[in-house]
Amino acid sequence: MTKASASAVSFRQVSRHYGEVRAADNISFDIEDGEFFSMLGPSGSGKTTCLRLIAGFEQPTSGEILIHGKSVAGVPPYERDVNTVFQDYALFPHMNVADNVAYGPMIRGEPKAQRLREAEEMLRMVALAGLGARKPSQLSGGQRQRVALARALINKPSLLLLDEPLGALDLKLREQMQVELKAIQRRVGITFIYVTHDQGEALGMSDRVAVFNKGHIEQIGSPADVYEHPASAFVAGFVGVSNILTGPAAQSIAGAPAAFSIRPEKITLIMGGEEMPPAGACLARGKIESLLYLGSSTRFNVTLEGGGELTVIEQNRAGGARGGAEMQGRPVLLWWRKDHMQSMAEAAPA
Amino acid sequence: MSLDVAAPSPLTRASTFLYLRPRLVLTLLLLPPLLWLGIVYLGSLFALLAQSFFYIDDFSGLTVYQPTLRTYGELFTPANLTIILRTVMMAATVTVVCGTIAFPLAYYMARYAGTKAKAIFYLAVMLPLWSNYLVRVYAWKLILAKEGAISWIFQQLHLSWLLDGVLSIPVVGGPSLSSSYLGTGIVFVYIWLPYMILPVEAALERVPRSLLEASADLGARPKETLRKVIFPLAIPGIAAGSIFTFSLTLGDYIIPNLVGSSRPFIGQVVYGLQGTAGNLPLAAAFAMVPVLVMAGYLTLAKRFGAFDAL
Repeated sequence: MTKASASAVSFRQVSRHYGEVRAADNISFDIEDGEFFSMLGPSGSGKTTCLRLIAGFEQPTSGEILIHGKSVAGVPPYERDVNTVFQDYALFPHMNVADNVAYGPMIRGEPKAQRLREAEEMLRMVALAGLGARKPSQLSGGQRQRVALARALINKPSLLLLDEPLGALDLKLREQMQVELKAIQRRVGITFIYVTHDQGEALGMSDRVAVFNKGHIEQIGSPADVYEHPASAFVAGFVGVSNILTGPAAQSIAGAPAAFSIRPEKITLIMGGEEMPPAGACLARGKIESLLYLGSSTRFNVTLEGGGELTVIEQNRAGGARGGAEMQGRPVLLWWRKDHMQSMAEAAPA
Repeated sequence: MSLDVAAPSPLTRASTFLYLRPRLVLTLLLLPPLLWLGIVYLGSLFALLAQSFFYIDDFSGLTVYQPTLRTYGELFTPANLTIILRTVMMAATVTVVCGTIAFPLAYYMARYAGTKAKAIFYLAVMLPLWSNYLVRVYAWKLILAKEGAISWIFQQLHLSWLLDGVLSIPVVGGPSLSSSYLGTGIVFVYIWLPYMILPVEAALERVPRSLLEASADLGARPKETLRKVIFPLAIPGIAAGSIFTFSLTLGDYIIPNLVGSSRPFIGQVVYGLQGTAGNLPLAAAFAMVPVLVMAGYLTLAKRFGAFDAL
């Protein structure tokens, strides 16, 4: 049923307004078939609204959404070839795990024995074999998350929507699930559309990332693209930590008052005595305002002579941090490669 | 940084004393309700049970305090069994009708009504409970009377034949609505409906919206979502509501006294036996019937998994 030429999902000038609030405002983008596509943004940026528009829980106020080339205007969720993993998992509390997973096949009228066999197979895929008789309330958060995934994937949808599925898990489990999700996506080969506010998740798993802000998309691109070449001050600030220099500070370093951003880990900090910066590098003088030892790295805040402040992150390769509290106020020289600087479309950070 | 700046006040010391003895606090808190429950509440129930195993001496009319099953023998006469069956049938019908009316209303309140509309609905459901029960039943007696509002409306609509047709149905009907089982049932449903709506609404409100979305997302049409998700999750509420409507109807003696045919219900019989007849043992035996019926009803409900989702 999937036409190779058509995108998995196309948004054509789609808006969704709630009264005065423009949750999604004139959004257009395409998601390719088989892609792991993330929608990244702070809460209220419109990413979840877009997901719900694709699922069919909401209808656009204006514009058109195509799924595999066909308009889905007025098509209810139960007639879309799309399944969702909900943020709260939304497992049916009155059914056991196997019946939860077999819900879709049951609705399609599959015989009981067959659908329970399929459910067991799906549970094995998400490493929950043998837990079919349990109630959802007897499972841990990570297990529930897998059940929700199995319940969606058993229907072999052409699109899988994931609404912050790892939000409720602790850090270790989240990292493990990221790896598993990516592996499952490769194995089943269907399009994953992943909503998250966690830039680490988006960068780590996605083929492409769309960065949302205030109901529109700031940038779409590969994770490296979005991180290395942020298109706006918002993207630079939201995806990872970024220094954004404007006005006189930018003037004194780059020679033009245009705003630019530079990632903290791209900056080398010289306290004297070390190797000199290569020719053609960007230089800035300043003094250490404060520093924070983070274990694997140390984070310096440096006030610049020409005004402004830069955050520098230095890996603690040599073992131990360079200095302690006595480092405060020390004059330093900073340098970075010119091509690591990214000029900003917007003047000020959001 | 010394802490013992001033000697603690007696109140502080008492607080500390109790804070360090949580078991004592628990005992103090639970003693009054446990005494109430144990002595006044369960005690009277056991007194009732005990009473039903005594009997009335036919000649003297005095209660003979000897354990016997004679009274229960009297209870299970065909005439009394008819009364019991009549009452249980009425209670069951009232419960089913209450559930049927309450579910859509409760569903609307829980799912669609906004904050303001919900407040209005709550008020509308509770408002009748603020006025006197007897007044409401008497009002219904007038509404249902032969010259009452309902037959007047049917007359104006030239539908008197319909009302007469309904009233001519055997058993349920009668000379007028106010002197038929149908009338009794209508008033029962009116009076107990809030006790069904509120728990059902509470149960439905606890169903997160995402469950309904998940069901639709997995391909279920609204009808299937209702059957497979909403209804099973509402069952504890329906069970709770039905316990109210069923048991309240089983025990009531005022409504069938004022509205309905003269054929008695359990409550009326108990009232008559303990009052004018002075046959307390038989009254007690009769009063045990609703207790046993309710016990049976709850066992059945549990067997069918009504409380599984609790």
